[in-house]
Amino acid sequence: MSNLKVAIIDYQLSNLFSVQHACQIVGLNASITSSPNDISSADALILPGVGAFGDAMKNLQQFRLIDPIIEHINKKKSFLGVCLGLQLLFEKSEEFGNHKGLGIFQGSVVKFPNKNSKNEMIIIPQIGWNTLKLQKKDPLLSGIKDEEFMYFVHSYYILPKDPKIILAKTVYEKIEYTSAISQNNVFAVQFHPEKSGTEGLKIYRNFSEIINNL
Amino acid sequence: MYIRIIPRLDIKGPNLVKGIHLEGLRVLGKPEQYAKHYYESGADELLYMDVVASLYERNSLHDIIEKTAKEIFIPLTVGGGIRSIDDIKSILRAGADKVSINTAAVRNPNLIKEASQIFGSSTIVVAIEAIRQSDGNFYAFTDNGREITGLEVVDWSKKVEELGAGEIILTSVDKEGTGKGFELELIRKVTSAVSIPVVAHGGAGKLEHIREAVKEGGASAISLASMLHYDFMANSKVDTTLEEGSSAFIQGGTSYTNVDKVNIQKIKEYLIESNIQCRI
Repeated sequence: MSNLKVAIIDYQLSNLFSVQHACQIVGLNASITSSPNDISSADALILPGVGAFGDAMKNLQQFRLIDPIIEHINKKKSFLGVCLGLQLLFEKSEEFGNHKGLGIFQGSVVKFPNKNSKNEMIIIPQIGWNTLKLQKKDPLLSGIKDEEFMYFVHSYYILPKDPKIILAKTVYEKIEYTSAISQNNVFAVQFHPEKSGTEGLKIYRNFSEIINNL
Repeated sequence: MYIRIIPRLDIKGPNLVKGIHLEGLRVLGKPEQYAKHYYESGADELLYMDVVASLYERNSLHDIIEKTAKEIFIPLTVGGGIRSIDDIKSILRAGADKVSINTAAVRNPNLIKEASQIFGSSTIVVAIEAIRQSDGNFYAFTDNGREITGLEVVDWSKKVEELGAGEIILTSVDKEGTGKGFELELIRKVTSAVSIPVVAHGGAGKLEHIREAVKEGGASAISLASMLHYDFMANSKVDTTLEEGSSAFIQGGTSYTNVDKVNIQKIKEYLIESNIQCRI
């Protein structure tokens, strides 16, 4: 087990058990915490989340976690966002009204439309397995092959302004969207690697190596 | 969309059980053993139902969930006896990814709204147990098809979607355990009325039933019990050292004859041949 401290941010909006368990399996010493001090002193942060964007930002604010998260990222320490934790990195979301995000990346979060370009009804949320179309080489996705399946659960997706941050794209009902990003030591994925079998666990293993090599 | 195959494990105390029309339960073995086998053979998710929880007003699967979450890295939905936000919290904390609610949602529909706002819509699954009544319509039942709610299934489906449910598990109690095929009319009615995913459950006995539920019913996922359980019993060494209950049914080596024994791999190969996308 590595001595580095990994904090899984608990803002009472997600199921953290499976994330923590995935960390344990790959040898990361990860604790679940809502304390700004723990987050400031962590070597790496994981921001999970399955709830609503607006509530998430409200809770992060109430727990006084927004500044420590932004500081952590500005110091170029490692960060992994999962699902809602990816979306929160952007400027704004239209989920249940407009909400301001952490603004680490330029771009917004939008909902899947009710119908696709062929006017067929789209089932929302997307729940289930879908494939990654890899866009560039990155240590986070090392060992993951193109078209690998991952498990997704979401109604919203990101529209990043900067195409250089895009690691992978996914197509749901003929809509192509960004499903993984990275820049410096910030990594984030729309899918749930902790729920994506052994291939998903590779992503936690890669993140662990990234932290340990830093 | 990639169609999901979701083994459903009905659990009573420490045992995996299976009945017909959700009644007449027989002990099939230990749920953990079956769950691990399904995970390793390509299940897309797992569904655990505490089938006696409603009777005792509580879900008693915490230990089984914890054991499962330690070795299985696909989504796990847990249902049965979940009554409140605190119940949901404790089930998720034990390692479940989603919870399925039926009775509590009927008694207090606002629970769906509250829970989906706190935990996210996709965490909250509403289970609907449907029985066709003499007027030709399907009505929702609770307590394994014993208690009538008076709610017409299509209206209720729309209502649970509006309240924020992320998914519906739709059971035909009439067909459940019979192996005679899904209630396609019921599935079609619900999938045409809502835009959230519908998991079809109840009646699968042959491969073509699964194809029909997807192609004709419009289901996003299929939940299976008998076909998979009987295949596992026939082809693997089932642990018969039970803490309680009778292992007579397992050792008898019999199964229900209307149901073909098929494994997940074969189901998916068949679906792909039928032009239905699945993860393989």
